[in-house]
Amino acid sequence: MTSIRPARREQTAVAPVATQIAEPTPPAVWRQRHLLDLDAVSPEEITTVLRSSKAMKAMLRREVKKAPTLRGRTIMTLFSEPSTRTRVSFETAGKLLSADVINLSSNGSSTEKGESLVDTVLTLQASAADVLVMRHSHSGAPYLAAKSLDRTSVINAGDGAHAHPTQALLDMFTIQERLGELEGKRVVIVGDISHSRVARSDLWGLCKMGATPVLCGPPTLMPWDLLNRRRIDEGHPFTGVEVETDIERALDGADVVMPLRLQKERMAAGLLPSVREYARMWQVNQERLSRHCPQAVVMHPGPMNEGVEISPDVAHGAASAVEEQVTNGLAVRMALLLILAAPHGGDHD
Amino acid sequence: MTDAILVTGGRIIDPAQGIDAVGDVLIADGVVVSAGPVVGGPVDCPVVDATGLVVTPGFIDLHVHLREPGQEDKETIATGALAAVRGGFTTVCAMPNTEPAMDNAAVIRHVMDAAQQAGLARVLPIGCVSRGRAGKELADMGEMAEAGAIGFSDDGAPVADPTLMRNALTYSTTTGLPVINHCEEPSLAKDGVLHEGWVASRLGLPGQPAAAEETMVARDIDLAGLTGGKVHIAHISTEGTLALLRQAKAAGKANVTSEVTPHHLLLTEEWALGGIEGGAGELTAPDPYGPLTRTAYDTRAKVNPPLRTEDDTLALVEGLKDGTIDAIATDHAPHTATDKCCTMHEAAFGISGLETAFGLCYSLVERGDLDLPTLIARMTTGPARVLGADTSESAAASGLPLLGTLQAGAAGDVTLLDPDAEWAVDTSGFASKGRNTPLEGITLQGRVIKTIVGGRLVHDALADDTGEANGK
Repeated sequence: MTSIRPARREQTAVAPVATQIAEPTPPAVWRQRHLLDLDAVSPEEITTVLRSSKAMKAMLRREVKKAPTLRGRTIMTLFSEPSTRTRVSFETAGKLLSADVINLSSNGSSTEKGESLVDTVLTLQASAADVLVMRHSHSGAPYLAAKSLDRTSVINAGDGAHAHPTQALLDMFTIQERLGELEGKRVVIVGDISHSRVARSDLWGLCKMGATPVLCGPPTLMPWDLLNRRRIDEGHPFTGVEVETDIERALDGADVVMPLRLQKERMAAGLLPSVREYARMWQVNQERLSRHCPQAVVMHPGPMNEGVEISPDVAHGAASAVEEQVTNGLAVRMALLLILAAPHGGDHD
Repeated sequence: MTDAILVTGGRIIDPAQGIDAVGDVLIADGVVVSAGPVVGGPVDCPVVDATGLVVTPGFIDLHVHLREPGQEDKETIATGALAAVRGGFTTVCAMPNTEPAMDNAAVIRHVMDAAQQAGLARVLPIGCVSRGRAGKELADMGEMAEAGAIGFSDDGAPVADPTLMRNALTYSTTTGLPVINHCEEPSLAKDGVLHEGWVASRLGLPGQPAAAEETMVARDIDLAGLTGGKVHIAHISTEGTLALLRQAKAAGKANVTSEVTPHHLLLTEEWALGGIEGGAGELTAPDPYGPLTRTAYDTRAKVNPPLRTEDDTLALVEGLKDGTIDAIATDHAPHTATDKCCTMHEAAFGISGLETAFGLCYSLVERGDLDLPTLIARMTTGPARVLGADTSESAAASGLPLLGTLQAGAAGDVTLLDPDAEWAVDTSGFASKGRNTPLEGITLQGRVIKTIVGGRLVHDALADDTGEANGK
């Protein structure tokens, strides 16, 4: 394969689809070797991924969905935490682009024999992995991997409570698809913000794209420093973020409402009195939506606890984009693999 | 005088005597004979030319981890003692979190014997407060004191049970020795790996609130007042702790002292964010809001108590200056590369600090926040007072030599410094087995040139530079 730049590669890969989209296309920009979180990704790069995702989604609607673009490339997934949707999404994305996808889990792998993460990822690199898709229960694990690797690209598929950048990209893609643009949109994230990697990556992405994120939840589940505004000084990336513990106020005028999964462990840890009280005070339900934001799109990163953070009627109602998010996740991951798994061009660091 | 050494022509700073003048220091038979205006020495006595250098009493470090017995892959008493003298420390106090723990007289004696064999820095052992550092029953404090322990601590494992702490303080009055507590309320600190603030929040890591330290400091001050025991608060890290200590010292009802580490004086939580790849080489914290690179989650900046905020560092510097804080102590915590080459959750807490302590602290002098004699005082007279080795009478009572001063009769421990020398931290040249420091590659000003312990030259940086063997 010849080494071509991502922009050209992208056009080559999906030419039949891309030509159908009649809109002026800004030049494709991508400078990252890894995708660790969105803090290091520019708005232009996000736009590149979202635009490419749109072409991928169009491809998913075709009768023959498979493209040969990544033939001969190897994608490995290394998940140290149980996950169905994210892993299946990456695996499907890789296979639809004809890459070889190899799944590894910590279950039965060398990590259980005491091998360090660094040794494991070096072994995978030596086994010719072009892209390593990683999920790890420890925040920062993909950084440790990226630090150790000089040929394999790392995609963070969720690290501890830190980041889940592909989820944030699919969230932004879904908002853009539903509402036309991200700029100026009031996106209310409700729930356990402090333990949520989804919320953290969404914050970076939404702020970069000019949306207004609103964080809402019980004060015991909010990042302490943001809740107390201890340090929202000049240059802080989250100056535009609103923090609100009262859901009625938070939802007022919302364009998007995104409840997060509530983990049962939070009760045991003494952070919340009960599921019942949580549902009563912070559940996203139809009554609240009708009162404050009847037009809002409802999203959820899944899996949902229906009846806890979201009422069943809302989860499956007309405003819900939850299923669409899954399809969009596939499109976004195809776009990213296309950018990262194809042979590295000259503009990578 | 059979065994003498003369240090000539240096700027002598001896805070205990209020001396800051050019002169000579004469040591004979292991003790200082005189320090002051040129005295000259006996014919044929070895002479150390200190022209252009600062000559101070040997530094005293109240808090080091030498790892022996049990964790010799991290450090041994010999490597730790060599790291000490390279850092200008002539006396170090060894924490008891060894394996087995230093909770009885036999282990205390073992540590003292190994230190004797190494023949470098004086190593003063700290015994455990509780048997096995388990926080349940008192260890044999009396026997350990007889064997040579200079204080008691369950370091790393805070004495969480208030009644045990009360009993330890009460019982230790029979020995006159301090109980040294690592103040950290376990139920508040929980599994926190960094300071609870923006950086931990951004990185998705559990944090330790400042209150975890402060609540226990407040408790220990109360208990010291209640019992009449001596409490020494280890490695204080927050503005709130400083306020509590200031209040306690003003009230004068509790016998309380404290120490601060160089890293808590100068580094902040942002250091965990990692830096520009390759490093900028300057002592500046990473941009808290900039994009993370793959050097993020810098486990070398994981230390307990965690690096705090800039406000905390500024308050601690104030406290050091006004004497609220008695001593600078390194909390030298050497670890293997494996202990740090892992995720932030898995990484060991601790910084290898002996060999960078003076250079790091000297940046306070360089930026005008502290004068050199005060810095020297907190590394000499301050810790000597905590040990009860600052006057001839108290030293005799403690069974220690007179330390932290160059007055006649004091231990012949001298450190020679070049405040103008710039040097880049290169851990591959460390004497310590622990290369775990976030200062790797950083240029520091202020270098330890020579170290003399008991009248013997045990470290000579200039000889090291030219590849000559180290005089031992």
